[in-house]
Amino acid sequence: MKPARKQRLLVVVFIVVIAALVVGLLSYALRENINLFYTPSQIAAGEAPSNTQIRVGGMVVVDSLQRAADSLDSSFLVSDGSATLLIHYSGILPDLFAEDEAAVATGALGDDGAFVAQQVLAKHDEEYTPPEVADAMQQAIDKKAKASSAKAAGDALNKTKSKALDSTEAGY
Amino acid sequence: MVAELGHFALILAFCLAFAQALIPLAGTLTNKPLWIGTARPLSCGQFVFVAISFGCLVTAFVQDDFSLAYVANNSNSLLPYYYKVSAVWGAHEGSLLLWALILAGWTLAVAMFSRSLPADMVARVLSVMGMIAVGFYLFMLFTSNPFERLLPFPPMDGKDLNPLLQDIGLIIHPPMLYMGYVGFSVAFSFAIAALLAGRMDSAWARWTRPWTNAAWSFLTVGIFLGSWWAYYELGWGGWWFWDPVENASLMPWLAGTALIHSLAVSEKRGLFRSWTLLLAILAFSLSLLGTFLVRSGVLTSVHAFATDPTRGVFILAFLGVVIGGSLLLFALRSSTLGATASFSWLSREAGILLNNVLLVVTLAMVLLGTLYPLVADVLGWGKISVGPPYFNFFFVPLGLLLVLAMGVGASLQWKRQGTNRLRSLVKAPLLLSPALAVLWLLLAGWSLKIAALLGLTAALWLTLITLQDVWKKSQHSHSRRVGLGRLNKSYWGMVIAHLGIAVLAIGITLTSNYSDQRDVRLVIGEHIEVAGYGFLFHSVEQVRGPNYIAQQGRFDVFVVGAEGGDGANLAIKPFTHLAPEKRRYLATGNMMTEADIDGGLFRDLYVALGEPLGDGAWSVRVYVKPYIRWIWLGAMMIALGGVIAAFDKRYRKTRVDVKQPSVSQQSEASPILAVAKKES
Repeated sequence: MKPARKQRLLVVVFIVVIAALVVGLLSYALRENINLFYTPSQIAAGEAPSNTQIRVGGMVVVDSLQRAADSLDSSFLVSDGSATLLIHYSGILPDLFAEDEAAVATGALGDDGAFVAQQVLAKHDEEYTPPEVADAMQQAIDKKAKASSAKAAGDALNKTKSKALDSTEAGY
Repeated sequence: MVAELGHFALILAFCLAFAQALIPLAGTLTNKPLWIGTARPLSCGQFVFVAISFGCLVTAFVQDDFSLAYVANNSNSLLPYYYKVSAVWGAHEGSLLLWALILAGWTLAVAMFSRSLPADMVARVLSVMGMIAVGFYLFMLFTSNPFERLLPFPPMDGKDLNPLLQDIGLIIHPPMLYMGYVGFSVAFSFAIAALLAGRMDSAWARWTRPWTNAAWSFLTVGIFLGSWWAYYELGWGGWWFWDPVENASLMPWLAGTALIHSLAVSEKRGLFRSWTLLLAILAFSLSLLGTFLVRSGVLTSVHAFATDPTRGVFILAFLGVVIGGSLLLFALRSSTLGATASFSWLSREAGILLNNVLLVVTLAMVLLGTLYPLVADVLGWGKISVGPPYFNFFFVPLGLLLVLAMGVGASLQWKRQGTNRLRSLVKAPLLLSPALAVLWLLLAGWSLKIAALLGLTAALWLTLITLQDVWKKSQHSHSRRVGLGRLNKSYWGMVIAHLGIAVLAIGITLTSNYSDQRDVRLVIGEHIEVAGYGFLFHSVEQVRGPNYIAQQGRFDVFVVGAEGGDGANLAIKPFTHLAPEKRRYLATGNMMTEADIDGGLFRDLYVALGEPLGDGAWSVRVYVKPYIRWIWLGAMMIALGGVIAAFDKRYRKTRVDVKQPSVSQQSEASPILAVAKKES
């Protein structure tokens, strides 16, 4: 083999070995670090693993936000129209966090069935509903055969959408 | 009226771009000098008309013409005029127009500053740029026309610009970023032109390098501004979130960084030619991908993308044509460029090979983490998000390796490095850098963390070995000053950029290891101590801005343990006040946190108001972040290095002898010596 060619072969082998290593590591790291999204209904049905980092989301239930008197601990309920989930959080809630608005939380499900969030995200702006939440609401609607509950979920979803138009709503 | 004029100018620009894409290229194929000669005038014409179109959109914004859908959705009569102007690129349609304007600007620049290039090469390059422009104009005219009217019932007032975007950082960040993205189209066009011509030599690399450097510097500034904006405007105090939007800009930067290094080898040694071309294609493809990822809404939801199928299909088709077409051309033609020379494993080119491998691996990692959730969603694997732990898991060790390799790689000689000289090269920095790192942490009074020591050692190693290299290369029989003056701009650019990486690495290491961050509940009159600073919550009062009402907090900041005072004694004089705000924008009712920062070279004091908790209590975010400014200082040095290198004398030679590029290859085996020889 010509030296130049031999060297090229070496380079190729070098790159292939590195690439294989990287792909292996990448897929390992991806498996360890992806956060799956679950809806409150899925959690109520016991589909979500506990003590593993996941994401949940839904509409914050009206009058469910409670704050501790002497710390930043707070808790609230999120709903997808058919089930609700209790979320505990310690920290500053985002600017656009509000009751009857969409929120997504990252954290883990405790053994008692409550969700402990490390991070809570709300909408970016008035018009935006996190796609996961919109989807979750839609799923809830699809699932419910009962007209009444479908109506409730439908209302909640419509409300999110109509919020965009309702710009007079007071902040605090 | 203005809007129709803008629309019409846009269509004319499209027509000229179409001609520019076809005629000069056809001229090179049929050998018609007249056709080849149309490339420059057509580029000028295209620029003029797209500039008129852009000017019309700006005018529509400034005049509050809410009969235009785009203006109505992104502006408001209460907005200050400078935000009205920047609102032009606040959303999808306008940012595409800005993209097209900048592309036309780069095209014009290539047309003007390419007198030394052979006419057929210029024709090919400008044709390829014309083709890209055609794609963008078509996209705008058919799916995202910013001049669309809301008739017959225009709204009374606009919906306002997203408050997050009402900021100086966001006035200049998108144009800078686009200058970078679009700038890579020049390198891309040069690459395609080389493939079309079947000719790629050192002269080609010499033409391409300054353009690539310039684009890369703009991109660096753009990313840095984005990170800076996120830091003070988002109210979280972070400077990088591994958000898909950020990743979209980091990916072309990584490819571009690999490209400017690989170009150096192609110029000096005539090696890595195909690889350089591939990187040029990659850098621009990723720029396109980045633009579309951010602007098409595909990131927020794959479904939003699917609900407007015309846009989605066009984007995919355009990406397919650009990436697929250029890769096909590459596959067909790259073998004709073949380089035969081999290289030693202990040489600067081998160092650059290592740099390229590391950068491309990092790039692959970021790409996978960014696109995986999209792919998973499309394939129905569930809704997934890939968090920062994944990115940090890879980026930290890869970055560390890169920094460690960077110092040695840049000090090696082209062709072959003697092992003995290598040993003398690394000895002092190898011993000094860990010692200095320990000393630094001890002097600052911080605990010795392994991660911090590693990061700091790597950064100091890079600094020392780079400075040592400058010292050695500036040796001169007369005096040091003469020796330093002999070093060329390319070299200075590299030195400054590499030192910038070291500064950046120090900033990242110290900020992420020694920041003190507290989210607390504070009642007015209470204070909190963070990392030796006391923050007294003085008051909250209401203030009015042009288009918002704000609750403005006032915090007195004092040094704990200063003369006569300890934590409990607040009688000592505060050395500064911070006034973070909680704003409510009138048009939309959106709430916004406006943090207040006392910046300094060695630490930032950061206070943001959370929300009122009742009884005069607020949730408050108080951060003390050491050395965070070094991150952006480093980024600026990197960009500056790129600019300085782009102005190297040898890129401005009036005539380049195309037929004998090998001459320069040989004489510049050691570039510094070669330059010294030329000047003496």
